[in-house]
Formats: sequence, C-alpha cells, structure tokens
Amino acid sequence: MNRTKGDEEEYWNSSKFKAFTFDDEDDELSQLKESKRAVNSLRDFVDDDDDDDLERVSWTGEPVGSISWSIKETAGNSGSTPEGREQLKGRNSFYTQLPKPTSTYSLSSFFKGRTRPGSFQSLSDALSDTPSKSYAPELGRPKGEYRDYSNDWSPSDTVRRLRRGKVCSLERFRSLQDKLQLLEEAVSMHDGNVITAVLIFLKRTLSKEILFRELEVRQVALRHLIHFLKETGDQKLLLDLFRFLDRTEELALTHYREHLNIQDPEKRKEFLKTCIGLPFSAEDSAHIQDHYTLLERQIIIEANDRHLESAGQTEIFRKHPRKASILNMPLVTTLFYACFYHYTESEGTFSSPINLKKTFKIPDKQYVLTALAARAKLRAWNDVDALFTTKNWLGYTKKRAPIGFHRVVEILHKNSAPVQILQDYVNLVEDVDTKLNLATKLKCHDVVIDTCRDLKDRQQLLAYRSKVDKGSVEEEKIDAILNSSQIRWKN
Amino acid sequence: MDTSKSNLFYACEMVLEEEGIYGDVSCDEWAFSLLPLDVDLLSMELPEFFRDYFLEGDQRWINTVAQALHLLSTLYGPFLNCYGIGRCAKMSYDLWRKLEEEEDSETKGRRPEIGHIFLLDRDMDFVTALCSQVVYEGLVDDTFRIKCGSVDFGPEVTSSDKSLKVLLNAEDKVFNEIRNEHFSNVFGFLSQKARNLQAQYDRRRGMDIKQMKNFVSQELKGLKQEHRLLSLHIGACESIMKKKTKQDFQELIKTEHALLEGFNIRESTNYIEEHIDRQVSPIESLRLMCLLSITENGLIPKDYRSLKTQYLQSYGPEHLLTFSNLRRAGLLTEQAPGDTLTAVENKMSKLVTDKAAGKITDAFSSLAKRSNFRAISKKLNLIPRVDGEYDLKVPRDMAYVFSGAYVPLSCRIIEQVLERRSWQGLDEVIRLLNCSEFAFTDMTKEDKASSESLRLILVVFLGGCTFSEISALRFLGRERGYRFIFLTTAITNSARLMEAMSEVKA
Repeated sequence: MNRTKGDEEEYWNSSKFKAFTFDDEDDELSQLKESKRAVNSLRDFVDDDDDDDLERVSWTGEPVGSISWSIKETAGNSGSTPEGREQLKGRNSFYTQLPKPTSTYSLSSFFKGRTRPGSFQSLSDALSDTPSKSYAPELGRPKGEYRDYSNDWSPSDTVRRLRRGKVCSLERFRSLQDKLQLLEEAVSMHDGNVITAVLIFLKRTLSKEILFRELEVRQVALRHLIHFLKETGDQKLLLDLFRFLDRTEELALTHYREHLNIQDPEKRKEFLKTCIGLPFSAEDSAHIQDHYTLLERQIIIEANDRHLESAGQTEIFRKHPRKASILNMPLVTTLFYACFYHYTESEGTFSSPINLKKTFKIPDKQYVLTALAARAKLRAWNDVDALFTTKNWLGYTKKRAPIGFHRVVEILHKNSAPVQILQDYVNLVEDVDTKLNLATKLKCHDVVIDTCRDLKDRQQLLAYRSKVDKGSVEEEKIDAILNSSQIRWKN
Repeated sequence: MDTSKSNLFYACEMVLEEEGIYGDVSCDEWAFSLLPLDVDLLSMELPEFFRDYFLEGDQRWINTVAQALHLLSTLYGPFLNCYGIGRCAKMSYDLWRKLEEEEDSETKGRRPEIGHIFLLDRDMDFVTALCSQVVYEGLVDDTFRIKCGSVDFGPEVTSSDKSLKVLLNAEDKVFNEIRNEHFSNVFGFLSQKARNLQAQYDRRRGMDIKQMKNFVSQELKGLKQEHRLLSLHIGACESIMKKKTKQDFQELIKTEHALLEGFNIRESTNYIEEHIDRQVSPIESLRLMCLLSITENGLIPKDYRSLKTQYLQSYGPEHLLTFSNLRRAGLLTEQAPGDTLTAVENKMSKLVTDKAAGKITDAFSSLAKRSNFRAISKKLNLIPRVDGEYDLKVPRDMAYVFSGAYVPLSCRIIEQVLERRSWQGLDEVIRLLNCSEFAFTDMTKEDKASSESLRLILVVFLGGCTFSEISALRFLGRERGYRFIFLTTAITNSARLMEAMSEVKA
C-alpha cells in the first residue's frame, strides 16, 4: 500500500462519502442503506479505469492482476466458507474470493461494529435487488477483460467468449436443455475447440448414457467427442460409446489398435488372441487371425533361431548372421527369411517356407517371387532353376514362371548373377521387344544376335555389331549370320 | 495485443487441471499465424490440419483459419469477391465473417487491395495431391522433403562430405528460374547457365589491372554465389535422376497417366499388385491404390480384397487400421454392389438438391464423398487432346505440370470461376464434385477497387497444397494477367497425405 495514514483519513472523510465512524448510534437499517449507497459509489470509483492512482492490491499484498496474484487466486478455495458459497449462488466465476477482513479495505469498516464476515448474509436482500451486481467491491477480481464478467452470459455469448479464449464458467448451464442449447450454439459457430470445451463440460456433468443418447443424433458434436476420447486415451469410454452406437466395426478396430502399445511379444500375442472374436467384417476377421498366427510363429522361430545362432553350429547362420529379429515383421519378410535360412526344411516345421505358404495361403506368384529373391541373394542358382522347372506330361522339363521372366531377370541382375545364367533367363522372356531391350542392356550378346536374326532385322544387327568387341566370337557370329544367304532380311 | 487464445486448446487446459498443475504453469499462446515462405506463398504450418479435419472431422483449426483471414483483411483491406468450395471452406468463411462483425472491423473504409479470395477444401481434389510431381520444386519436395521453405541436401548433392540446409525461395536466383519448369527443361537450363558462368569467369583472362580490380570488387562475389547455387541444383538434379531411374520412374508415370486418362485399368491394377508384392514402398503402394480408387470411383470388391490382403502381407498386418482410415476419408473405397456410375449419380443429385433439409448427415456425407472423377474430367477437359508432341518447353496450358497429361482439377476450377466471376454454368460440375459452393461479392466496395487489386487473387487451400498446383496457377497468372497469392494450411504432397492416414509409423 502506498498511501499514508493521513491520506486514508482524508479519503474516507472526503465529500464523496458519507462519513462513517465507529461511534455512530444510528439505526441499523438506515446504516445498511447508507452502506449500500456508499459501497455503490465506491464501486464506481473503484471501477474507474482512468484512475491510475488507485492501485488494487490483494489481501496478501500482491498487485491485482499479477501472475503471482492470479496463482494465489486460482489456488484458493472459493466457496469453502459458508459465506463464500452464498456469494457463489448468485455468481459464476472461477475467481470468486471472499474478502478477508484483515485489510484496510475491510468492508466491516462500513458497518458499525460489524467485523464479522457474517454481515454479508444480511446483505442478501440487497443482493437480490440487483442479482448481477455485487455490493462488496470485489477486490479479488482480476483486471482487464475479465472485469466485465457476470453470470448472465447467454449460450451464444458464452460460446463467443469461449471462442476468444476468455474465462468462462459453464457451471450455470445445469439443466439438460440449457446444456444442449449451449452445445447447439457451439456447433453452429463451427469452432472445434469450443465444441470440445463444451463437450468436456458435458462429459463431466452428465451421465454417460444421457451424453451418448444426446450425441447420437448430433453428428458434428459426436465426431468431436470421439476424437477427444481418442486423443486423451480414454479407451474405456470410447469403447462404451461405440458399443452404445452399435458401431461394431469401429469398436473392434479401437480395441485392436491397442496392440500397438504393447511391446512385449508374448503379451502382444495374448492380446491379439482376444481380438479374434471381435465383430470385424468377415475379411478383417481373417486378417486378425492371420496376424495372431503370424506372431505366434515368429515367436517360435525367433527363439529357435537365436538358439541355433548362438550355438554356432549351423553354417547358414555363420555365413550370414542375422541382422534383425523376425518379430513383428510382415508375412512376406518372414517368408523371405524362411526361404533364406530354412529353405530345405520339410513342411512339418514352423519355419519351413512351404508350411508358411500353406498356412497363410500365399499365392504362387508371391511365393516364387520371394523364394527367387532369397535364393538369388545366396547365389543358389540351382535352386533358382528348380523353382521354374516343371515336368510336363511327356516328361520334358519346361520352364514356367507365374511372374514373367523379365522380373526374374531383373532380380537375378540385381543379385549379380553370372552372365550365363542371365542369358538363359533373358531367352525365356516372352515379349520380344522387352527381351531385346533387356538383352541389350545386360549385354547378353547371343540373345541379341539370335533375336535379331529371328526378327530378320538386319539394321539392328548391324548396329549391334559395332557394340561388340572387335575380333570377338560374337562379331564372328554376327558376320556369319549377315553373310548367310538363307535369311530373308526385312531391312 | 491480440487477446485471442484460440490455439490453446481447452482440452490441454483440462489435462493441466486434472493433473493438478493448472495454476503452477503459466500458459501463453504463441500467436504465430502465418509464415511467409516466399513472395507469394504464406503457410500456416498446420500439417495436422489434414488428418484432424478430413479424417477425424475435428473442426478445431477453423478458428485459426478465420483468424488468418481476419489478419489479412486487416492488413490489405476487405476482399471484394469471395468464392469457395467445400464444407470446411464454407465454415471458415462463416466464422470469419462473424469475426469481422464482432470486431467491428478496422477494415471499414480501407481500400481493398485483394480483389478475389478463393477457399478450397483439399478433398474436392485428392487426385492432384496424389500424383507424382514433375516440376522442379515439386520434384525436390517429393525427393528431399522441403520443410518450411528450406531443404536438407545431403553429401551426394553437395559433392562434399557435408550436408547443407538450403533456403529455397525467390531470393535464390537460380532456383527462381527453374522452380516452375518441367524437369526435362531444367538440366538444359542449368547446363546453359553453367556455360555462361564459365564464360564470365573467362573474361578475366583478357583484363588489365584496373578491369580486374573492378571485376573482383563488383562481379566476382555475384558470380561465386551463382556458381554455388548452380552446383547445388545440378547436384540435386543428378541425385533426382539417379533415384528415379532406380525406381523405374518411367513405368510409374505411365501407370499414373493411364489411371488419369482412364484406359488400361486392368494393366494398371496389375502394376500396383506387383508393386505391393515386391515390397517396393508402403507409401508409394498406398498412393497408387488411392489414385486407382478415386479415379475409378472405388475399387471393384475383388480387387479391393485382393490388394488389401497383399498389402497386409507385404507391409504388415497392423495396416488394417490404415485401410480403415483411408476408407473413412474417402481415399480408398470399395464399390458397393450395383454401384454403377449412373446409380451413384442419381443418389447424389437427390441428396444435393435436398438442401431444404439443410443437414446432410454423416452417413450420407461419407457416401457423398464418392468421387466422379471421370465425369468431371470430361466436363472440364482435364485431359488435354494433343496432336503430336506436347511441348514442355513452351507450355500452352496448365497440364504441363503433369507432362501434358492432366490439368490439375483444383486449378481448373479456380480458372473457370475467375473467368465467370461466379459459379454460373458450373452447376453440373458442382453436382459431380458433391461439395457445397458459395460466392459472395461485396458490392459496396466495388467502386473503391482499383484494377490492380482486381487482378490480385488470394487462394486458400484448406488441408494443404502442392508445389505443382502453385506452379500451375503461377502459369495461369502469367497467361491471364493475374497475380496469385497462396495461403495454405501447409505444403503437402502425396507422401505426406499417405503418412497422415497411416496408423502405423513406418
């Protein structure tokens, strides 16, 4: 406080106010009336923005409006005293404070001999006259934009305040009708933050059945609640909500999503098991089942292989140590792994590729592609051959591929297959143009030469001649063909 | 000081309160609304906007958009003509107008400097956002990921052992000349520039002392700067070329174009299937599936089931969740049985004209998000008919940003509405797009507007915009004498879109 005692005396005795002393023997009621008048006029004075002399300070000495003040204010227990609760009945505010009678601004100084805060109760008549204004100068009240709070904001005003981030208590919207009206206003304003704020309040003050029932027919608000529950991780309420709405598929997916938070493989596997009976669509149920089965297998394979690797007896693991665990890998990756490390195993083991193929109904195309990639990486060309060799009904072997031989060539090339092998497979490419392109790109001379000859394309053959090494076998071959009189050249 | 605390979400405050620390922390809002990325590009840097609104239906950022519009109208005066398409555009516009009324805007009496403003929802054109980009800036974004107007070039680009963070905007003279060009032109341009630069350097051979001194003090610095930028961009081009060759980019583009044009669909589907089988890239595979779905009005059930199964097998079973998200957002859907185009269109027209009811419920709105891309494409001539080669060096329309194969839908809509100064004559298109549109002209300010301001157009992308769209509109601006300013919630591309929808962090 920066006033001297003398100033204060002057202040209180100035003409603006009726002089009060503690010695008056006046009638109680008239005193009250005088109090009322004085307090009213004092209020104007206090409210006056332009008066910079008046520094408002709280009971603890902090200037009103400062950070430390506001901390204390909000940390305080409003409404904990009976008088405070009385005040709150007529008001909505986070910041209501019962002025404590220990400062020079004590209101008790306005009332003869009344120092107890109980004097407020006798003001209840006065309070009821003008319900929105208090008669005691609210010294705990914050400055600035919050000064204009009252408890009379309509739903649309409230929503507007919320949009601007202003302090706004929603407590007074107690009836369901009021609440729903507030929600409606929020939705029509379009601001999702406000809608969520209102929903937070409704969630706290309504039973979930009622909340769900009302939101069922309000799509926009419902979406916001769902998102809010997702973000705050309120899994239980979210599931209840979906159950109520009979949104079975979302219920199942929400439950399933939890598995991403479980790191331990065993626990995750157990959790996935609980997902199997959930109301997924038919296809999705199959996918969930596969997920469980896959993880189950991976756990077994992982344990087994880790054991083998550390034992150090198995050649494949010694030559190509594992770079990562197979747990939680996709199926195709698991298949690749099986084709890499467990190719020769019979169908009976969990880690055999054939077993995986059968269990998960992996299509031929995918299987061949993956097996090829694995065997090519290991440079196991015989295995590659075996993949494509089938015996036809006459007992002749024939090469077939469900994926197109150009793909095969690509993969072989990526794994640096020897030219001879590449050449064999380039030859098998069905489309002639692709074959020629590939052969040229990969320098499979024989294939190029033969294809040009088959196409009767002399120009191309001539052009290619310049690309081969001088004096090489290929050059001789080209020359022989070019000179052959048996070929009817196109160009 | 702006007293709005709109970005400090009430949900956050609630959590603080629940945890008992509400009073112990002081919360402040960093009222950062617009980041100028370039002379004509403003970003709100809200990549989360896309997922929050288009997947979860959360309208939390609409106030932020309204605030941004308010800021711009305060700075540049009222907007004369407002056009928009999409639910989010409408809501943002409505909220912004409420804001203006409440604040009793200081814009009254100000001369309007921006003649037109156009608001678009991202979901009225997913196709463009899903395509591979081939203009230089778009390609750099697709390959290296531009963040807040700058990019990290690794050692393979800088030809040293260090990485370099480079600011990419109009200040970079070299970049500014090539950014909107089709990639096929860029190499040639850069080589020419390199030759010129060399010639400049060589001039010093014939110089005397005085000339040399002049040269060193005036020109050398500029030349060195240009040299540095040039080598960076040449390095970037080389890196891009290498990557694209490895990815078999040619084949990929061919498939995309087939999907856009609507032929060889079976072949394209097979390509996608193979892409998945080979485990090439989870994001790319997803993107292609979405492109197929949107252009074809959903996948046929057999394909949907089979591709989904193969995706889960190749990239992980947990992507079941990703597929659910994509379906909800309308990006990857299954054709319902009996879902011929005409049947869908009839359903649509009934719903859209049912505006008297005023509310299109969510159940319908997910249905309403079905794209009718082929019909729209035909109506708006999005696939240019070309006789002979499409000249990419001297482009004749906006399709150049996609090598002449496709005019971005969003840009075409803007072009048409600006031409007509209204939505007149576009009823069929709006019906097919299944969005609500609006147009509002502030007649009172019409006379105050200068012809200069009438040529200035602010385009607002809600949910993100791509560099390809920006390049296309810059081209349109040059052709028609407009000047475009872009405001976007964030810069986006197909990868970001897919990542936003993916439930599983790759």
